[in-house]
Formats: sequence, structure tokens, C-alpha cells
Amino acid sequence: MSASKPTAATNTPTAAAIAAAVRAGTTKAADLVEQHLATIAAREPEIHAFNHVMADQARAAAAAVDAQASKGHDPGPLAGVTVALKDNMCTRGIPTTCSSKILDGWKPPYDATVVQALQQAGAIIVGKTNLDEFAMGSSTENSAFGPTRNPHDTSRVPGGSSGGSAAAVAAGFSQFSLGSDTGGSIRQPAALCGVVGVKPTYGYVSRYGLVAFASSLDQIGPFTNTVEDAALVLDVIGGHDPHDSTSIPQAHPSLTQAIQQDVKGLRIGRITDLPEGADPDVQERLEAAFDALKAAGATIVDVQVPAFTFGLTAYYLIAPAEASSNLARYDGVRYGLRVEAADTDAMYGATRAAGFGDEVKRRIMLGTYALSAGYYDAYYGKALKVRRLIHDDFERAYQQADVLLTPTSPTVAFKFGAKGDNPFSMYLCDTYTIPTNLAGHPGMSVPFGTGAEGLPVGVQILAGTLQEPTMFRVAAALERSMS
Amino acid sequence: MSAYDGLPGEWELVVGLEVHVELATATKLFSASPNRFGDEPNTNIDPVTLGLPGALPVLNEFAVELAMRIGLALNCTVQPSTFHRKNYFYPDMPKAYQVSQYDQPLNVGGHLDLPNGVRVGIERAHMEEDAGKSTHVGGTGGRVHGANHSLIDLNRAGVPLVEIVSRPDIRSADDARAYVNELRAILVAIGASDAKMEEGSMRVDANVSVHKPGTPLGTRCEIKNVNSVRSVGRAIEYEARRQIDLIESGDAVRQQTRHWDETDGRTHTLRTKEDADDYRYFLEPDLVPLAPSAEWVQRVRAGLPMLPAARRTRLSQATGQPADSEAVCSVVERGQDEYVLAVGTVGGDIGRALVHVKEAFADQPATPHVPAADLAALTTLEVGGKLTATQAKAVLAEIVANNGGDAAALAAAKGFEALDTSSLESLVDEAIAAEPDAWQKFCNGDGKAMGALVGLVMKASRGKADGKLVTALLNQKKG
Repeated sequence: MSASKPTAATNTPTAAAIAAAVRAGTTKAADLVEQHLATIAAREPEIHAFNHVMADQARAAAAAVDAQASKGHDPGPLAGVTVALKDNMCTRGIPTTCSSKILDGWKPPYDATVVQALQQAGAIIVGKTNLDEFAMGSSTENSAFGPTRNPHDTSRVPGGSSGGSAAAVAAGFSQFSLGSDTGGSIRQPAALCGVVGVKPTYGYVSRYGLVAFASSLDQIGPFTNTVEDAALVLDVIGGHDPHDSTSIPQAHPSLTQAIQQDVKGLRIGRITDLPEGADPDVQERLEAAFDALKAAGATIVDVQVPAFTFGLTAYYLIAPAEASSNLARYDGVRYGLRVEAADTDAMYGATRAAGFGDEVKRRIMLGTYALSAGYYDAYYGKALKVRRLIHDDFERAYQQADVLLTPTSPTVAFKFGAKGDNPFSMYLCDTYTIPTNLAGHPGMSVPFGTGAEGLPVGVQILAGTLQEPTMFRVAAALERSMS
Repeated sequence: MSAYDGLPGEWELVVGLEVHVELATATKLFSASPNRFGDEPNTNIDPVTLGLPGALPVLNEFAVELAMRIGLALNCTVQPSTFHRKNYFYPDMPKAYQVSQYDQPLNVGGHLDLPNGVRVGIERAHMEEDAGKSTHVGGTGGRVHGANHSLIDLNRAGVPLVEIVSRPDIRSADDARAYVNELRAILVAIGASDAKMEEGSMRVDANVSVHKPGTPLGTRCEIKNVNSVRSVGRAIEYEARRQIDLIESGDAVRQQTRHWDETDGRTHTLRTKEDADDYRYFLEPDLVPLAPSAEWVQRVRAGLPMLPAARRTRLSQATGQPADSEAVCSVVERGQDEYVLAVGTVGGDIGRALVHVKEAFADQPATPHVPAADLAALTTLEVGGKLTATQAKAVLAEIVANNGGDAAALAAAKGFEALDTSSLESLVDEAIAAEPDAWQKFCNGDGKAMGALVGLVMKASRGKADGKLVTALLNQKKG
């Protein structure tokens, strides 16, 4: 185990407390930003959580928040609270790379809707975080700019694809961060880095300005130290966006309110036909979580989700198919990398050959194949049917249980290179997280103690469409049981 | 009639048309950028139009409304629809896919009746987005092949289109032209599109095949780049001839996409079926299904104006002219039929009004600048024998030039005060007296002699006499 100690989180104040102090003028946002920039300066060289640290912009934003507060204006519910953004969210005038050479140097002319929401709430963006290229991966090893290291043990991966955002919170580089979750890319790194990570219901948070990987699965969510912080952040960034046709029209109930309720009478589902493969230390923490909830007044019920086990296969047809289309726009014509060649077709080929990494190329080819004439029905078409089955199986389970509990990741954080050259062994990291994305349901990972070698273990809570309030009540109960 | 209206031998022409029209919306199909022709290149753009990473489409509701107007005007059923992605690489297609209604088009199963009574089935009319415009510099004929570089204008990218696909019900080049003209008239009438082929807001692709009646349909070729109504006919005629020549010389027609070349009057191979792209269609995940409510469809239906065919029938019935006569068709096409009817309402002669509007109002808007009462007054003088047709035309020219005017006063100013019957009769008597030989011949049935007498009267009256009236008087006197 590494000598470096995690800077996490249990003693840091909550985002709500920070915002209250900044709004009252008793704490300066400028000081908070300097503290975070100092932490970044100290540990970022070894962690590499960021593609881009926005020190100047953060200082300017903090000064503006302090000025507002001193004039008696309310800078917002996240006043002075620092945030790191996964580098696949568009930030006006700030490089947005998706950790890909093909977007190296590109500066979006617009802000993602979540970025606008955070800024209006007074949050201070400190930087753009590293990821597996175009969010394809489970270890952040697929970044074109080098891997991020797990703050708990720098010889190990932080998980992925939002590894930079998970590590940033675990290392204290920012109070919270945002990631995106297509098949587990928030929950799995949250588990491996010992922080809270939430994938909301599909459509809960606007995707406008999130660079697409698989549009029908992508969803933005927070990494935080506490369940309360996650509730507050989602209350700020959730809601309908007229720029995203798939965002849910109705208003969301307050999650900060929801976590005030206990779990007495809630039915916690145990999936009896869950795919095997979780390590014993992880399994042991899951059992402890069931016990804790039982002790808090919930009841444990057995449920079955037979199609759960087909999730991985369906996902690796649907997500690459959408990706093959979403990533076709990186052709060297309008922005990003261009490798000159004899004619337009040759330029496309040379640009994409040089600009994309191996995993991205693998998925583009897989997806192109799955959608091709003569193969569509056997692959993409069948995957869509499986997706429907998974959704329906979950819906049946949620008639018996209010939430389901599973491991987030089958293992604790693994060593760099541990998955070798076999992409499938890496894909297995997301066995427990992927089905939820296919169903469009919410899920979150809550740190629940440690496993092998003292590394963090996360427990995953799954719930039905828009059942975030219940999911958060359970998360808060698990968190309380640890204190 | 066209050169191939009767094809050689027993060949029959079979044509289906695919017409793309740009909708007359203020903004694009999926973003708030202006939908405007002729602006500086690459000014009507935004993250969605540019296909920037992270940008998402939002469907333009008014575009849906216009698409429904088209469907309902073509007697289609409006049904729930979805959008798909059609994937292909091209520099003027910023996302590398086109968003288009695919297996569930908004409008299905309609028809369009041509003025000559031929009914053409409408397979579907679906919505999609336009691509940008490429200009290839340095090659020949504006083709990408051999060009030094290409210029891309994305102002057109994302402009809403409706593609109207006919059934292969068209059997002649004339009917193909009539279909395009009638469709254009409908589109303009319902405000869905300005439908200008020369500006590309209406584009026609023709699927052409030939066969002998009673035998299966022939292999078809799709003809692209047909940029005027005249070209529609020419391209179809050329292509039919080409296919017949192939078959008659023992070759087979290969399924191809062919490019119409306006300058050499031929079609050229663009691509064959074998190298057709695989577009890998799949449901566009960034949009939700489109399901117009029954109330919405009903509102759109109720809001449709009277369509050109009905307007032609109405004008035909009011004027006694055939519904497919040139006068009725052109006046309805200009939207001036309401005006002609208005001339009748204020007491004018509707038949004369139709002739005058057809001939003298070609440059006038649908509601001409000339008050209907002024044209009505002119026609009244005319049918009352106060003005000859020639005089009326001259007076109307003044009225049109001045956006109105008192016909009687203008006629008087021109010295056109019409000869009354009695003074005309004395002129006729004078002519008979001056040319007794001609009179005798006329009485013996020599038609030529009448011309001499009429000419004499016209000369004496300095053109004010009504030729028809003079003839009538001469016949009357002959007894």
C-alpha cells in the first residue's frame, strides 16, 4: 500500500455549510479556492486528476462571489463551493478534450447547461478532470494524456471512466465534482476512490453540452464526500432543460429534504440471481450493508432480475452502435485534429487513425458492425429487445422492493495494467452497474468501509424511475450507520 | 405535346418523383439559427448546426405544423412518427449523420390530382434536415472529382425539409411537369414553402423506368440534379430514350443513380446500386417520438386555405372557361382568382376581367394594386359597346401603370368616346355609298369585300368603331 494518505473527506465541512458561511460573509470564497489550489499543487503531480487546472478563472469567480456576498446579494446555494468537471463537459473558451488527441486544443464556444447551473449557484470551477478517452473505459488508463492515480494507493487505478473526477474529490482537490455515467462511469470510480457517486434517472440532468458517448445511456451526476452534498448538488443541476429533448419535463422533489427521512418500513431488495464474481471482501461489505439497513428499521426482501445477467452483452452492442455515430463528426473538417492527406477521404482516415486511441477505435468498429445492413437484426436489434427485458425485469422487482442493493464493483481498486490486454476483463468491472443504465433507472454508490488492503468498498443502491428520494434515504442511512 | 408522349413501339414510361421542399420556417429544424436563403456564408450557424460536441437537437414545432399542412393538402394520413439517423461522411454534413423520419414518416398514403384529371398517389411525405452546401472549385462542371478545394456553407445545414415521395403513377413527361407545377402551387398556397427550384428550395429527383404494358415494371434509374420544371421533362424524356435504346439493342438497364447535365442534355452515371452506401439507420436517441394530438391535426386541417384545384373549379364555374384553360390556370397560380371574382362582385364582367387579369396582371401581386372597382368599370364600358377590345386594352395599360384610374375618363382623354350606334350607322352608309362595287360583291356573298367596307369605316372613325358592331350593321343592311 502506498504511503500517501487519502485526504478524504469525513472531516471536511459539507457543501451546505461552506455555502452558508460564504453567503454570510464569514468565509471568503477566495480563501477556499486558495486552499484547494494549494492541495492541488501539492498532490496533483502524483495523482494527475486534471487535464486542465483553471486557477485564474477560479480566483476570478471566487472574487465575484465574495463581491456579491459583500454587497448583500445572494451568490447562490453553492456559493464558494469548489467543483471539478469531467473533461467531456463543454466550458466556454476552456479546452474540452474528452482526453482525446482528436479534440486536443478545442475550445467550445458555449457552456454546458450544468456548467451554467453551477455558475449561477455560485460554485467555483477549479478544473477539467481526466477520463478514459470519450468516457470509454473503467480505469482512466485509456486517457490520451496518461492515467489518473487512485489517491488511496497511487499504484492503483481510480476506476473510470470518470477517474479524474473521483480522484479529485478523494484527494480534496475540490469539494465535489461532476462525472458522466454511461455504464457505471460515476459509480465504479466512486466505489474505488471511497466517495459518493450518483447516476440519476435518465433525463434528470440535462445532457446539453455533455460530449456524447452513447446518447441513450449517458447521464451526468455528482461525486461528493457525503450523501447530503450529493443531494444538494443534484437539487442544483437537476431539472428540465429546453435544450435537451430527453430531459424530464416535471420538477424534481428536493433530495436535501428527502434525506431527512429514515428508512423504517422500506423494503430493501436482494437480487438472488445476481451474476457472481464479486470478491469476498466486497461481498462481506454488502452483507454488512443489508445488516445496517435492517438495524435501521428496513426489511430485506429477495427479488429476481433474470435479465440482469444479459446487461453487459446488450450494452456492448448498444453503446458502441451509438458511439460509432456520435464520434463520426470528428472528421478533421471543422475543429480539432486534422491530418492532411491527398483527398478528403484520405484526410478522414488519417485524422481518425491518429486522433483516436485503441479502445475508441475498437468500439467504433464494433458499433459500425452491429448497425450494418445484414447484421442489424442479429446484433443491434436483438440488443434493443434485451434492453426492454432488463427494464421490465427491474420494474417487476421494484413492485416488491423499494430499492435494490448490490456491490458497485466486483473488486476494490486494481493495479495499473492488471486487466492486461484483454478488453473483456475490463468490461466485467461494470457488470453490476450497466443494467441500470439500460433501464434508464437511477443508481448510486456509497462508500461502506474497506476491503482488501484497506481499500475502499462501495455499495450500490438501485431504484426505479425518479425514485431518487427513496434511494437517497437509503444512502443516508448507510452513511449514518458508519459514523 | 412532348417528343416522347408517344414512346416508340409499345413502350410505356413509368415515373415516380421524390420532391424535397424547404419549409418556410423562421428558424432551422433543430436550432434557433435563421432559416434564410442568400445570407453571407456560415453566418446562420450555432453549436447544433455545426454539430459541435455536446450540442443537442430540439424539434421546431412550426416545422411539424408545416409538414402536417403538406400531408393534409396531399390527402395523407398524419401518424405518430420517429426520427432516425442516416449515417454517412460528407464535409457539408457536420454531424456525419442526417436526422430524418425513416420507417415511421409523419404523412402517409395520399394523392394529388393533376389539372387534366390524372391522380398520382403519394407514398409518404416525411421530415428531415438539409445538409450544407458544397462548392467545388477547380474541377469540371462543379463536381468534386478533380476539384482543387471545396468551400462549405453551413447556412443551409439543418434547414427543415419535407420529402414528398409519389407512387410510380406518372406515365408521361408532361404529367411529370404538371405534377411538379401542381405540387408547387399547393405548397405556395398553404404557405409551407416558397418552392423555388432556381433557389433550391424545391428539388426534384425522378425515378424513371420503361416497360411494355402488361409486363413487369422495368429496372429504374434515379435522376438527380433536375433544377427546373423544363428539365424535369427533358431529363425524363432523355432517360426513357436511353433505357429503350439499351433494351432494344439487347442490353439491360442497370439500377443506377444518374446525374442530369443541363448543358449536354444527358444523364450520366453517378453511382450504381452495388456501391450504394450502408447508412446504418437507427433511432435518433437525442429526440423523443413525435405524436401530434388529434386536436392539433384537426386545427391544422381546419386552417388549410382553399387549394389550387378547388380554386380553379370555382373560377371556371364563375367565368365559363375550362378549369384547365391557360387563363384559369395562370390566374389561379398567381393567386389572382379572388380578385377576378371581386370584379364580378362589384358589378364588372367576370369573363372580361379574367382575360384582362391574365394578360395585363402578370407582374402584379395576388391582390393587384388596381382597385377591383376600376377594372369592373372598364369591363362594363367594354361589354356595353362603349370601348372596343383594342381601346379597352389601351385604357387598362394606363390604369395598371397608375395603380388604378377612372376608365371612362381615361377613355375620354384618349378620344375613345365610343361611337353610338346611330353615328356608326351613318359611317356605314357613307362607306356603302363610297364603294358600291364592294357593297354589291358583299351582298353576293364575297367575304373579302366585307373587309374593305369595314376598313373604310374604321378609317373614317379613326379606329373608334367596334369591328364586330360594324360587321353586324353591314349584315343587317344586307337584309
